[in-house]
Amino acid sequence: MGLLRKIRDTGRVAEPAPPRPEGEQLSATQEFGGSVQVRCVDAGSCNGCEIEIAGAFNPVYDAERYGARLVASPRHADVALVTGPVTRNMAEPLRRTVAAMPEPRLVVAVGDCAINCGEFAGGYGVEGAVCDVVPVDLAVPGCPPRPDEIVAALRRVTGR
Amino acid sequence: MVGYTAIVLQVGAVVAGAPLLTGLMRQTRARLEGRAGAGVLQPWRDVRKLLRKEPITPVGTGPAFRWAPPLLVATSLVLAVLVPLVSTDTPVRARADLILVVSLLALGTLALALAGLDTGTAFGGMGASREMTIAALVEPTILVAVFALSIPAGSTNLPVIVAGAADQPARLTSPAGLLAIAALAVAVLAESGRLPVDNPSTHLELTMVHEAMVLEYAGPDLALVEFGAQLRLTVLLGLLASLFAPWGIATGASLTAVLLALLLVVLKVMVLGMALAAAEVFWAKLRLFRVPELLAGSFLLALLAVTASYFLGAEGGGAR
Amino acid sequence: MSLIPAALATATALGVAGVPAGLILPQRVRGALVGSLTAGVGVAGGTAGVAALGGGRFSASAPGLLPLAGAHFAVDALSGLFMAVAGAVVAAVAVYGIGYVAGHGSHGLGSRGAQAVLPLFALTLLLVPAAAAVSTFLLLWELMALTSLLLVLAEHRARPAVREAAVWYAVMTHLGLVLLLAGLSVYAAQAGGETFAALRSGSGAMSPTVRGLVFVLTATAFTSKAGLVPLHAWLPRAHPEAPSAVSALMSAAMVNLGVYGLVRVGFDLLGGGPAWWWLLVMAMGGLSAVYGILQAAMASDLKRLLAYSTSENMGLVVLGVGAAGLFAHAGDKALAGLVLAAALLHVVNHSAFKSLLFGAAGSVLRATGERNLDLLGGLRARMPITAGLFALGALGAVALPPGNGFVSEWLLLQSMIHGLAVPGVTTAIVLPLAVAVIALSAGLAAAVFVKALGVGFFARPRTAQAAAAQESPLLMLAGMALLAALCTALALVPGLLGDGLDRAVAAVGFAGMHPVSGGGLRVRLDEVSASLSPLWVVVALTVALGAVTAATRWASRRQRRRMNARLWDCGGGAPTPRMAYTATSFAEPLQRVFDDVLAPEQDVDVTPVRESAYLVERVAFRNRVPDRIEHRLYRPVLDFLAAAGQSARRLAGGSVHAYLGYGFFGLVALLVVLVVGW
Repeated sequence: MGLLRKIRDTGRVAEPAPPRPEGEQLSATQEFGGSVQVRCVDAGSCNGCEIEIAGAFNPVYDAERYGARLVASPRHADVALVTGPVTRNMAEPLRRTVAAMPEPRLVVAVGDCAINCGEFAGGYGVEGAVCDVVPVDLAVPGCPPRPDEIVAALRRVTGR
Repeated sequence: MVGYTAIVLQVGAVVAGAPLLTGLMRQTRARLEGRAGAGVLQPWRDVRKLLRKEPITPVGTGPAFRWAPPLLVATSLVLAVLVPLVSTDTPVRARADLILVVSLLALGTLALALAGLDTGTAFGGMGASREMTIAALVEPTILVAVFALSIPAGSTNLPVIVAGAADQPARLTSPAGLLAIAALAVAVLAESGRLPVDNPSTHLELTMVHEAMVLEYAGPDLALVEFGAQLRLTVLLGLLASLFAPWGIATGASLTAVLLALLLVVLKVMVLGMALAAAEVFWAKLRLFRVPELLAGSFLLALLAVTASYFLGAEGGGAR
Repeated sequence: MSLIPAALATATALGVAGVPAGLILPQRVRGALVGSLTAGVGVAGGTAGVAALGGGRFSASAPGLLPLAGAHFAVDALSGLFMAVAGAVVAAVAVYGIGYVAGHGSHGLGSRGAQAVLPLFALTLLLVPAAAAVSTFLLLWELMALTSLLLVLAEHRARPAVREAAVWYAVMTHLGLVLLLAGLSVYAAQAGGETFAALRSGSGAMSPTVRGLVFVLTATAFTSKAGLVPLHAWLPRAHPEAPSAVSALMSAAMVNLGVYGLVRVGFDLLGGGPAWWWLLVMAMGGLSAVYGILQAAMASDLKRLLAYSTSENMGLVVLGVGAAGLFAHAGDKALAGLVLAAALLHVVNHSAFKSLLFGAAGSVLRATGERNLDLLGGLRARMPITAGLFALGALGAVALPPGNGFVSEWLLLQSMIHGLAVPGVTTAIVLPLAVAVIALSAGLAAAVFVKALGVGFFARPRTAQAAAAQESPLLMLAGMALLAALCTALALVPGLLGDGLDRAVAAVGFAGMHPVSGGGLRVRLDEVSASLSPLWVVVALTVALGAVTAATRWASRRQRRRMNARLWDCGGGAPTPRMAYTATSFAEPLQRVFDDVLAPEQDVDVTPVRESAYLVERVAFRNRVPDRIEHRLYRPVLDFLAAAGQSARRLAGGSVHAYLGYGFFGLVALLVVLVVGW
């Protein structure tokens, strides 16, 4: 019963929704119609962006209310959320993951490392940025990007 | 004529309402967890989008993989026709045997398990193995609970049981009735793959039972798998509602009674769904090898229900 | 009716003609001719059975045919049912067998000995239900045992395990014969005659102790033949080692005769008995059902899995027979007739799908040389027809709609559920347990056949032999197709058997419920208001499937299906067939859940490097699920017999004086006993 009391006392945690993000509409948004399944791929990140993505889906920012949902397999997914510079060992798995996704599909590069290798540019284990391995449709800059920026990127995909 | 209308209304409500029920359950969970939630219509948006995505048949899979999702939905649709949700006086009332209902549910499970094995991946095999283990252990509970329910009614025919329970509410509050409710509730949780038996939204393959079998599906096939799972849940909750809260169900050939019954069953299933979602907030998934203990406990409840039904001489049971 | 004797005579002639044909004919034509003769035996015997089911009766006695007692035959509806089943199975399997031996030379089933004995075995399967006297019955029973033993030994040159299996089979079947002989002799002596008619009329005058003794002896022998625990150990050894056509005959026709004997002696000749008889029978049946399917779940050998599944199905049948006895004893003959009808229907359905499954297993064995599911896989691409036929048989075996096993299991469950109307605390306790047993075995059977079909036939081949499989020759497929047609007919139109089932049940004195009626398409129990229409279910499922497929195609009409997608393997590396789940891994959760019952044995053998005990050169891991009942029950008996044999050796010391002394004192003792006792 302690949990019941806690639920009652906590009430709603989710912050009110900010205004819709600006930006040209992606062609796939029409196809998705407000429902987007997301597969997170860590191509070699330091996990900072993962924590922010987890923050984006937590009760405070609640990315699910805009129609985005995390799924367990790229076959179920529409969007691949790629973090980190692509290391040598993760280049082929990243290609295969994106290839496993059914069309229409989008790749979103989250964080500076995913966009241009950030801190790790030139490292011996780094193959390149995400755009060197798979075509990127949307980028979320930041090291790490704030959860509301990640949510804004997802809202551009879902259109809600 | 009214009977056919009842069936059409029933199937229509189930088909239209299954994703809505899932949406409602997700919303309930979201609100209890302090989130805003995606809205009750979100599962329908998911299905619509999935139907428009590219269908994929991976190399190395076969006909079992291709045909399992349509077969799953087909069995659920046949169940939606058979189970008396809205009226007990339909043209199929002679065919709606409770054992047949249970077996059709098992057929759907079997089809998906074969599809999991057909992929040849470790996940598919693991999901199939776990799913069939749980299905095997849930069978005795369900059939003995069916036995318990059929004793006061004198038959395993569903409309007869439901009409009998509507006439004599005392059957449901008797010890036998309550025990049967408890046993069937656990069995429904296991059959529909909900907490604490299985977590439908997990990402950890080690904890997956149902999800592991469908990791390979994409696009329209995935839409059918998700829709089929939602249909099964709706039909099972509707079955629970009809068996244990049958008041309002139409027993004659009156259109107004049928419409009223439709409204009531929608309400009942909504309440059951919300209650289940709220309970799930408080439950954690059981370790896989604890699930047989849970199922054994529910089997014991069902056995006690039969014994109570016989010895405590509930309505028409006992020495006849 | 003159059809029955004519058909029986034809069958006998063809069967007996098969013996010289098998011995003399050259290998080129042997298989085809003997196979045709056997098929003729099956067709003729089946015709006699169908005629008996249709209401014909026949009895004859040939006093000169056998020494001392002569031969007596009688065919009623009950024997007709078993003859019809055996005939159908024999005919189809004979066609299958012609294809099986073609091109495999003169070894195994194609050898002279095996081919000579095969028609004789088929003949005995058809004649045992027609026997109407103790000596005729026992003679035919023993002939059946001997011919099947020779057939089990057919491939003894290929594998040493065959000889061991044959020894087990020989010992246990003759143990059964001894028990049967003892029981029936006591019965015949007490009843004052050895024909079944005399036994029937004389049973009323016997004391309950003698009746009980006769029942226990004969029931043990018959349940051993049916493959029930505790005397089941021959079944999982003999069936896998026999050639697949023979396994099909044994599993689908021979074990039925155990049930036939039980029904004939228990209900017809003895006329029913006290509750403890039937509780004993139900206990054996229920235990076999659960234990059999558990062992099948653990088996990775495809034929061993099917053999244990036979044990399970026979357990369910005998559970029904026991329930019939229980209801009859309590006075409710109508309900007893219903549950007996359910049990007999299950016998028919089981024969149909089990012979089909064994046929498909033989097809796989012939194509790949492998019986181990862990080494098969991917056969649906290489052997699509066999895979499809196996799937059809498996649908019957899992007792789910729209298979044929579902109809009989539904009927069995209905009769158990309505059995609660019979007054008495015994039924109130036993019936829910019986329903639970049926349900558990049905659930486990689903897991077992998902394993067999999914691991053995789906996904990709795990070994080179599986990858090199070719589809079986036409005659094998034709034999299996006949059985598949039978399965389908039984699934959709159970009324085919309807009246025959009623007559068979009436032949042992129960009448009334007429379960399978309604134009042959519905199973309707008017008195207890339950009904099932398998055809409706199939139609409904097909319509729903069509609607769903059409709707999905229309909704995704703008997209084209991608067929060359790589399997999702987490991106890491190419998934090899070795990464797929095997039969052992599939069954592992079940093994863990039931490990108190199964007591699996695990052995880890670590071989360190010679130079240092800390470095490991090789690790061997063995996991076995032994047959626990065999261990607990047989080992002490075998040890006792060995010890007794050892101590008895002291008697055979080699001294001629001692042997002369034994003879003299034995004779004196016998004379004293005769003088005093007479």
